[in-house]
Amino acid sequence: MKTIYLDNSDTTAMLDEVVAAMLPYFGQKYGNPISLHSLGLEAEEAVSASREKLASFIGAGEEEIIFTGSATEANNLALFGVAHAYRERGNHIISTSIEHKSVLNPLRRLEREGFRVTYLPVDVEGFVDPDDLKKALSDETILVSIIHANNEIGTLQDLETLGKICRERGVPFHTDAAQSFTREELSVTKQNLDLVSINAHKIHGPKGVGALYVRRGIRLDRLMEGGEQERNRRPGTENVPGIVGFARAAEIAMDRFEDNRQHMRELRDRLARGLLAIDHTWLNGPKGKNIEKRLCNNVNITFHYIEGEAILMHLSLRGVLVSSGSACSSKDLTPSHVLTAISLKHEQAHGAIRFSLSKLNTADEVDRTIEIVKEVAAKLRGMTAFIPEEHSELVSKKAKTFYKPRGGRG
Amino acid sequence: MAIKYTQKVIEHFVNPRNVGELADADGMATEGSPACGDMVTFSLKVNPKTRVIEDIKFRSYGCASNIATASIATEMAIGKTIDEVKRMKAGQPARELGGLPPVKMHCSVLAINGLKAAIEDYEIRQGLIKEKVIRLSEEFIHRELKKVINPEIGINIVRLKMVREIKIKKGVVFVRISLGNTDEMYAQAISQEIIDQLEGIKGVRRVHVEFVEK
Repeated sequence: MKTIYLDNSDTTAMLDEVVAAMLPYFGQKYGNPISLHSLGLEAEEAVSASREKLASFIGAGEEEIIFTGSATEANNLALFGVAHAYRERGNHIISTSIEHKSVLNPLRRLEREGFRVTYLPVDVEGFVDPDDLKKALSDETILVSIIHANNEIGTLQDLETLGKICRERGVPFHTDAAQSFTREELSVTKQNLDLVSINAHKIHGPKGVGALYVRRGIRLDRLMEGGEQERNRRPGTENVPGIVGFARAAEIAMDRFEDNRQHMRELRDRLARGLLAIDHTWLNGPKGKNIEKRLCNNVNITFHYIEGEAILMHLSLRGVLVSSGSACSSKDLTPSHVLTAISLKHEQAHGAIRFSLSKLNTADEVDRTIEIVKEVAAKLRGMTAFIPEEHSELVSKKAKTFYKPRGGRG
Repeated sequence: MAIKYTQKVIEHFVNPRNVGELADADGMATEGSPACGDMVTFSLKVNPKTRVIEDIKFRSYGCASNIATASIATEMAIGKTIDEVKRMKAGQPARELGGLPPVKMHCSVLAINGLKAAIEDYEIRQGLIKEKVIRLSEEFIHRELKKVINPEIGINIVRLKMVREIKIKKGVVFVRISLGNTDEMYAQAISQEIIDQLEGIKGVRRVHVEFVEK
């Protein structure tokens, strides 16, 4: 059975070229960039060249890139770093209700430390209203953090407008761009960004390496104490092979940026069309005229009257790998906060499946996926205990029973 | 998070036994609700002389373990007398399947409760018992809370001594829960499960769950 991997917002397949670029740094080129001798210099040069490349892809200067262990660490560094450095200026932070956990949980901790956090609401497609940001800003606001492309429903925020509002008020603006880096346009100058989190393993690079862009002039407290690495802002010996792989992966992706994006968009729309042809389905996130503002690799569909984990498990057993926002597939048994933030009822969130594409996927894989999903949905609906007529308050007007009871009921 | 199911769970999930609904069921019941994402419906045929369950079918809305536990529960019930099934313990379907992750133990409870509810429906239809008149008491709520599973450990919250206080005032039920060593991340799920279990009870207007230290 050939695997069809459609979970590229979780992680991606590493490219052979990336592995090849990294290998020497696991082998003979094992130097520590901090060492003064020739081996150290070799490693330092590799890190430096990687930093320069990555900086150039987002319009940044190389001294503005801090390497971290993940996008999670980059988000933590941005939030704690700025909040603590600007503490004397104010204690108010603005974010949204659809952030990744690596932003939400640091914010909760900052609240426990005494900071006040405003979580901007989003509309039914996941968009933040710039007017809401304007209204929320106050003289006490020291940081705004808004995710660029949402990891579950693919909503792309208008960073340019949001960034401009923050810039005019002189408030540092951070974005978590883990999903959008190399997939969508990301420019720190054009989009008025002060801090940006990115990582390698979502772009066909290695796990264990991320980066934070910090605009020159933005103050930042360290998360950890140690050596003077990363211009004294992130101690710890650099992950040299990881950093080399990160830059190589970004380079390969950016080399064919437009083609890749076009390819993923076509597959995305083909997949969404095919899945929406199945009865009682609903596309979560931007659609219609807003499809241009949807992450190029994201399709998120609710299958009414059946449960996401059961769909996911059936697909997995048949080689199609996806993820789900259902409560049953989460560790803490609660439905996705993103799906509830866009006003989905619990039973709509339970049936949500995310399909996330990469440039490596093909139209054949998409067509095969649609066929398999059709069969799985039919099988589960054929045995569901969720009978639309008995829960009229929860179901759409188009709903009908999927089976004919032979009597005996009630 | 990746979930590791036993081969037997996967086998029952992919090829569930006794799926559907009996046309001329003698007893039938649904447990759970769409909002919880967990529902199971059982229908039974019972031999009036021997009280043996001669046929049984189920429908499920839920995850893989929900389907698998309901499927194995039908196999466990068929050929048994209603009294034998009534004595079955909530953890039995999970054990028959070679175990379930703690976070999925509530599926086993749901399956057994569904079976017992279908038997009760049969008994009421046959006039063997009267529809139970529920007298809302602290003891009754305490018994009902045995259906709520701590997802971290897979054991019910009563047995774990997490229920610290129950108060009932004019149909409003107050429940005080101590999390003990349970991770805070499960508080929301436990609270929701308590509300879902108790709000369905006749006479309960509202449910308040409060978490206390220790």
